[in-house]
Amino acid sequence: MKTIPVETTINGDSAEFLCHADESLLDVLRDRLGLTGAKEGCGTGDCGACSVMLNGRVVCSCLVLGVEAQGAEVETIEGMANGEELHPLQRIFLEEAALQCGVCTPGILVAAKALLEKNPDPTDTELRYWLAGNLCRCTGYDKIIKAVQTAAAEMRSA
Amino acid sequence: MRYVKPQSFEAAATLLHEEAGIARILAGGTDVLVQLKAEMVEPDLMVDLKHLPGMREIVAEDGGFRVGAAVSGAEMGEHAALKAMWPGVVEGVELIGSSQVQSRATMAGNLCTGSPAGDSVPAMVTAGAVARVQGPDGVRDVPVVDIPTGPGKNSLAKGEFITSILLPARPDTASDAYLRFIPRTEMDIAVSSAAVSLELDSDGVVTAAHVAVGAVAPTVLLVQDAGVALVGSKLDDAAIAGLVAAVEAACNPITDKRGTIEFRTKTAGVLAKRAAHIAYARAGGQA
Ligand SMILES: Cc1cc2nc3c(=O)[nH]c(=O)nc-3n(C[C@H](O)[C@H](O)[C@H](O)COP(=O)(O)OP(=O)(O)OC[C@H]3O[C@@H](n4cnc5c(N)ncnc54)[C@H](O)[C@@H]3O)c2cc1C
Ligand code: FES
Ligand code: FES
Repeated sequence: MKTIPVETTINGDSAEFLCHADESLLDVLRDRLGLTGAKEGCGTGDCGACSVMLNGRVVCSCLVLGVEAQGAEVETIEGMANGEELHPLQRIFLEEAALQCGVCTPGILVAAKALLEKNPDPTDTELRYWLAGNLCRCTGYDKIIKAVQTAAAEMRSA
Repeated sequence: MRYVKPQSFEAAATLLHEEAGIARILAGGTDVLVQLKAEMVEPDLMVDLKHLPGMREIVAEDGGFRVGAAVSGAEMGEHAALKAMWPGVVEGVELIGSSQVQSRATMAGNLCTGSPAGDSVPAMVTAGAVARVQGPDGVRDVPVVDIPTGPGKNSLAKGEFITSILLPARPDTASDAYLRFIPRTEMDIAVSSAAVSLELDSDGVVTAAHVAVGAVAPTVLLVQDAGVALVGSKLDDAAIAGLVAAVEAACNPITDKRGTIEFRTKTAGVLAKRAAHIAYARAGGQA
């Protein structure tokens, strides 16, 4: 199968890559661009470990074709920190130990940030529904919900 | 697999019509890319139409709304006027999948994929929604109820595809509602579902009613008798009993791991009853 050239923007920088027509954006990010923050948990849209932003909306990158990134704006977990300075969500996840193995964490951080940009003060119920597509096998979710709420409160007062 | 973004609807129709192998349209990809990954369907041609005019727009038309075939569930949920006019349609769409799936999934994809449990389909049917279909011979308008023909099947001919779906105008004293039963709170496939759309007169008497059920037959069903049972009533017990009886009589489900024939039939009736009450209250009716 021949490869297709794609021009896109990733975390604010223009990027070019070649990919096959049936290759997912997740595979492109991980295998062609070395951005391994997004994880493959299921490959079928169920777990959210591959969450990235595409044109301002959170998507499962396993259910986007790499070729669909042509002309689009992609944001990944790699772009969340400001240089050495972690995003409040990232820092508080570490401080409050809202992760164990960490496989779900990049996806949860990307999805949670997307929610807080729309709704800076979600209820726990809203947050749990919003994150229903991000599965975590380790934490039991409570610590995740608490950490996002702590970060949300800090971001509101900033 | 070839990936093509045609320059026009006509070019897309020709391309799809002439394709000798398996062709699919890529809307949100939340069904078609899952099937690709699972090697259930391995298309030779994937046609992306999302960039074509009107595909991503919701526009007012004749007092209703025309929703482009590539508009996502999230975009519909953010459209206040659309939600106010057709809350049941929008709540059906918004039940599809997670936040991530909502960013991509479309009503047209949900319809064309042909699942008997498609969450946006019953309320589109009760709304009298009409799909605009482009094909090699031009454009035609097809009622949504006529599109699905069985699990994984639809009535579109080779080369045909949906460019938009019209949700028609309706009076102020009218509304709709959609409910599904799932054993979890999120991220599951309906065991049964029901949509009801009602119009009331100034006294709160139902003047028109449409009822559709999902996951209880090979396709979503419009149950005419169930709507008839509500007309002339204010949803009194006798009218509701008629609705439930008509729904149960129309059900023709299967037993599988999600539910038995008996369970699906019973819950479809209960959901239709509850959806009728919600639609009635939304339409301003006071029983
Ligand atoms: C994690 C997850 C959860 C889900 N949960 C639900 C749920 O709760 N309820 C539910 O109903 N579904 C659910 N789905 C299934 C799916 O998300 C929906 O059916 C969705 O609406 C499909 O839309 P799409 O735009 O992604 O379609 P695509 O996958 O892009 O296309 C689906 C099919 O429709 C055809 N098609 C698409 N657009 C057109 C068009 N304009 N004209 C003609 N044919 C077209 C394609 O060729 C393809 O065969 C879920 C899927 C996932 C991955
Ligand atoms: S890997 Fe994409 S949702 Fe699981
Ligand atoms: S921390 Fe292990 S899956 Fe969430």
